[in-house]
Amino acid sequence: MAAISTPAAPGTFRYQLGSFWKDFSTNRGALTGLIFITLIMLVALFAPWVAPHDPAMQDRSALLVPPVWHDEGSWRYLLGTDAVGRDILSRLIFGARYSLSISAMVVLLSMIGGIFLGLLAGYFRGWVETIITRVMDVVLAFPSLLLALGLVAILSPGLTSAMIAIALVQLPYFVRLTRAAVIGEKSREYVIASRLAGAGHMRLMFNTLLPNCMAPLIVQATLSFSTAILDIAALGFLGMGVQPPTPEWGAMLANAREFMGSAYWAVTFPGLVILLTVLMINVMGDGLRDALDPKMKRS
Amino acid sequence: MVREAALTAASRPRVTSQTSNMLRFLLVKLAQLVPTFIGVTIVAFAFIRLLPGDPILLMAGERGISAARYAELQAQFGFDRPLVVQYWDFLKGLLQGDLGDSLVTHSPVTGEFFSRFPATLELSLFALAFAVIIGLPAGVLAATRRGKLLDHTVVGVSLTGYSMPIFWWGLLLIMFFSGTLGWTPVSGRISFMYFIDSVTGFMTIDTLLAGNWDAFLSALHHLVLPSIVLGTIPLAVIARQTRSSMLEVLGEDYVRTARAKGLSNFRVIMVHTLRNALISVVTVIGLQVGLLLAGAILTETIFSWPGIGKWMIDAISRRDYPSVQGGLVLIAFIVMIVNLLVDVAYGVINPRIRH
Repeated sequence: MAAISTPAAPGTFRYQLGSFWKDFSTNRGALTGLIFITLIMLVALFAPWVAPHDPAMQDRSALLVPPVWHDEGSWRYLLGTDAVGRDILSRLIFGARYSLSISAMVVLLSMIGGIFLGLLAGYFRGWVETIITRVMDVVLAFPSLLLALGLVAILSPGLTSAMIAIALVQLPYFVRLTRAAVIGEKSREYVIASRLAGAGHMRLMFNTLLPNCMAPLIVQATLSFSTAILDIAALGFLGMGVQPPTPEWGAMLANAREFMGSAYWAVTFPGLVILLTVLMINVMGDGLRDALDPKMKRS
Repeated sequence: MVREAALTAASRPRVTSQTSNMLRFLLVKLAQLVPTFIGVTIVAFAFIRLLPGDPILLMAGERGISAARYAELQAQFGFDRPLVVQYWDFLKGLLQGDLGDSLVTHSPVTGEFFSRFPATLELSLFALAFAVIIGLPAGVLAATRRGKLLDHTVVGVSLTGYSMPIFWWGLLLIMFFSGTLGWTPVSGRISFMYFIDSVTGFMTIDTLLAGNWDAFLSALHHLVLPSIVLGTIPLAVIARQTRSSMLEVLGEDYVRTARAKGLSNFRVIMVHTLRNALISVVTVIGLQVGLLLAGAILTETIFSWPGIGKWMIDAISRRDYPSVQGGLVLIAFIVMIVNLLVDVAYGVINPRIRH
């Protein structure tokens, strides 16, 4: 019992977590973002129970039904139906699964790859660093969406290729951040002490250095997550990402484009969901940055 | 007189050392670009060879191909020679401006690219102008009214703009301004009524050169929505950067000194603060070029704008691999050169960085 009431000693992980949470939770925007993202993740997770209809079910008697607040709308289809009579709300809910899980995979892939390469570059310096940074410069020389499109063209359009392409495009940001952080930390006393104590390269890189370089990487991960959602949707919209009839948000927009003049709801809602999700992640990312890294605090 | 002569004598070597500094800075930057340049050519070269399966069979499509034609094509593309030789030929062709022929139109890729590039450039410039004209004052105003309603509005709007899926934003604007209100055209660069000879490739300039005022207005009219769509994210980035660097500079001692001297608020903001805050804003504006080219792909698709973005998408969906390869390498070069210019401009306006 006493352990709970006594404040954690400075320097311990629990203390750091506590002070992080204090900073983060006073930021109302960031908290809103967190709540929104948690909600949308829960909705995605429990999609089969939350969604009112099967996302693939085509109701031939209800083509392009407007949302419920229109006179012709019905309570059966809250946000209306698309051109083949599928419930838009249900498709958006199931679409969250694709957008969120693909983007999470993208972030995971590029973060793991980027941390590994960045650690190598910052730790060993010399020619290892030169090669890695030069290759990353080449990746950065291409506009990201264009490079992703080119890669998808090579790998043939689809979910997996879109994921790999976007992960590769995001890679340089993680490499650069990790490298810079490692170089900054490497000459600090605790690292030298650890080396003198006989720690090997692996231990120094992954146990000593990496945990102290995580703050900017976590912030970058949230930014990458929102960029990934946008890029996946853009590829889907261009017909190069997730293929129809999968209810991915970008692909839904591409499908709805033809009916822009007659069915605004089919275009409006998928985009609105993308915008809100990306916005909330960015707001949360800003809060994370302010709380994790006072030096980077936005004025 | 003597003092003046001494002054000029003293300042002369400093001027030359400054220019040589600048030159060295430029050369170093150029030299740093060479490995990236080579890397880009390798990526572009590898592009066709990384395609799963035989590229010639892929290009031939489902109709198949005769053995004789296959050998002919293989010789034409040079696939029968060692990779190093192939790469060397590719590089030689590239330096001579030869990136091969399109599989669809059979005309040179370089020509196809540069005949469409002005359309993209014109759109990007208008988009950037839109972003700067609105984003810069918005950022300055937000910084001077920190914590007020206007500040919150600017921050909120720029965060929203930054998170915007621009392909959806374009569709929304078309639905509202072209559909509901009927104010703006839906697609293309100019009304079908006009036939303008292409001189510069810029529709706004060509129509003026032709002396056709109505056509000029039509071209402007067609630029409105695409420029807004393409300029939205740069606008958000510029407003945000202007605001934060203004706030940073406003806290500097010399700004306090300027205020203490009794200078008017306007003068303090415009002369002492903005000029220094602009240094980082200019860099950010320059860095938007890559973003604009990426955004052009989506914007041009939505508005059927006949630029390189739409051309690339068409090339990818038609599996016109030489065009995709050539487009990738040319766009990467353009981005690299612009980034170099931004670096140089940054060195000019901020001498501290040169050393």
